[in-house]
Amino acid sequence: MIASVLTLAFLAQAIRIAVPYAFAALGGAVQERSGVIDLALEAKLLFGAFAAAAVGHATGSAVCGIAGGVAAGMTVALVQAWCALWLAADQVIIGVALNVIALGGTRFLLQAIYHEGANSPPAPAYGDAVLTNPLVPAAIVCALMVPLAVRRTRWGLRLRAAGDRPDALVAVGVSPRRTRLHAMLVGGALAGAGGAQLSLAVGGFSADMSSGRGYIALAMVILSGWRPALAALACVGVAAAQALSVQVQMHMAGGGELRRQIVDLAPLLPYVVTLLVISLYRGRDRSPPSALGKL
Amino acid sequence: MRPVTPGRLLVGLALLNAALIAVGAVAFAPAAHRAGAGVRVGLVFDIGGKNDRSFNESAWRGLERAKTELGIDVEYIEPTEGADRETALRSLAARGDDLVIGVGFIFGPDLERLAQQFPGVKFAGIDYSPSPGVGTIANLAGLRFREHEGSFVVGAIAAMLTRTKVVGFVGGMKIPLIRKFEAGYIAGVKYVCGECVVLSAYAGTEPRAFADPSLGQELAAAQYGQGADIIFHAAGKTGDGVFAAARQRGLKAIGVDSDQFERAPCCVVTSMVKRVDVAVIDIIKDVIAKRFKGGLHELGLAEHGVTFVSDERNEKLLPLDVVQKARTIADDIVAGKIRVPSE
Repeated sequence: MIASVLTLAFLAQAIRIAVPYAFAALGGAVQERSGVIDLALEAKLLFGAFAAAAVGHATGSAVCGIAGGVAAGMTVALVQAWCALWLAADQVIIGVALNVIALGGTRFLLQAIYHEGANSPPAPAYGDAVLTNPLVPAAIVCALMVPLAVRRTRWGLRLRAAGDRPDALVAVGVSPRRTRLHAMLVGGALAGAGGAQLSLAVGGFSADMSSGRGYIALAMVILSGWRPALAALACVGVAAAQALSVQVQMHMAGGGELRRQIVDLAPLLPYVVTLLVISLYRGRDRSPPSALGKL
Repeated sequence: MRPVTPGRLLVGLALLNAALIAVGAVAFAPAAHRAGAGVRVGLVFDIGGKNDRSFNESAWRGLERAKTELGIDVEYIEPTEGADRETALRSLAARGDDLVIGVGFIFGPDLERLAQQFPGVKFAGIDYSPSPGVGTIANLAGLRFREHEGSFVVGAIAAMLTRTKVVGFVGGMKIPLIRKFEAGYIAGVKYVCGECVVLSAYAGTEPRAFADPSLGQELAAAQYGQGADIIFHAAGKTGDGVFAAARQRGLKAIGVDSDQFERAPCCVVTSMVKRVDVAVIDIIKDVIAKRFKGGLHELGLAEHGVTFVSDERNEKLLPLDVVQKARTIADDIVAGKIRVPSE
């Protein structure tokens, strides 16, 4: 049983499921380390998914679709930055507002552009192939490079300073606002790429397709102690739990009462694992950037 | 930046409210009274809206037909978020509509509450099932379908078409309603092909399990990977992922609720159609003829409430002999010669 579940197919599936979570979590970690709360990950995923499908459909090219998704994520981040850094609005409220706007806004765009209530017209699809989908290696590269950039580069140093000691940045003549804006644009681009994976894997956008992934990604950012590498790893854990729930349903079908009960519980697995991981992390050092949410 | 003083804020909010009320008053002004039956019917769509190419769209077609054929006055609301649903139903009921329809099982508790608060208004809920402890309410009709009967027929079709003797089922949210599809489907497969294996999987335990095509794609990929060559989905938009996986492999899929052929013309051999339009127009006729009755109304194969698609579009995928055998099976179910389990 265990051997039949833990196959290459399972591994490929876990990686595929992890891609949008990991992109969103990396983006969220970058932005939050710069000191701006990122509750709008859901909006970036959703607008990213919509734009990727729309651009992919219009151009017939999946790569252009990815570019569209990235641009949409950055646009959401830009609006968020304008409200948070220039208008000094409450960052939690901005995030919630953007998520609500994304839910209604993408539906509105579907209706306005395509006269459809729930689906976009077909876009080029990567399907469930792992090797031919450039977003999969891109996610792995980002999961390795983003933590490195945050910890080892001058950009990363400034970003962390903006999140922890913005006054120190001011003292050396660097604008925390600009530093944060740059971090938010990078974060938005990453989350937008995650959205592109959602719609380009299936080959079209459908309303609400982000399905809460942005919130789960943010939870992973927080429980990883705002460490992008750990956050991405936690996302792989969530994805593995989801893939396991798929495989358990597949392999335990058609048996006795015990098997039936296991299958019934399988869809709960991702939530159980998330809760377990969160409780295991309790007590570890995971204090947020000290200037998070403050201007 | 200008400081936001309490006074300015107050004035701003007041202006905003006034604007919203003005817009609302114009948008929701009662429709001009038309000739014909003079019956007013309000309908609230589930998330997805009237152009969802599925369930809601079918309800919309029924409403449109009732409007042109019966000359009733029609109002509808497409709510976006969960909290709006009750408000939408309530505003239609409060305006004195004769019949208020909620499209989707999710309206159940709201309909029960409102039916008791507005005893003069008749309510109907598509896929309604009573909450625990709630009996028959005289002014609330539950319009339900014997999905298991239609699913039995498409299960039989799947069994006739499979080459690998492995077929799949992908469900959305794990609730008794979707279990009816699964039970009927499995029974239909086994009726034709006793040794066939049915793989079955659900996307989750929350309503969003109906709106997650990525997860649907993974479930379908796993089932096709296990040798299934045809998958029936009852998973709403999650089913789009099933079609994506089918397109990629050139394997077969079966649609649900509406004719979903155009979602994957390569692969959708047929769809198990729920005639929500028939249910909507029938209940409107009942109200007009003053024979409306509360309680549960079930529509199965015999009432043409469920059926499978066979037309010129899918004739290449669905051979005539398969269609004929499927029709015979459907007739046997209607005649009571075949008993279809619902769980």
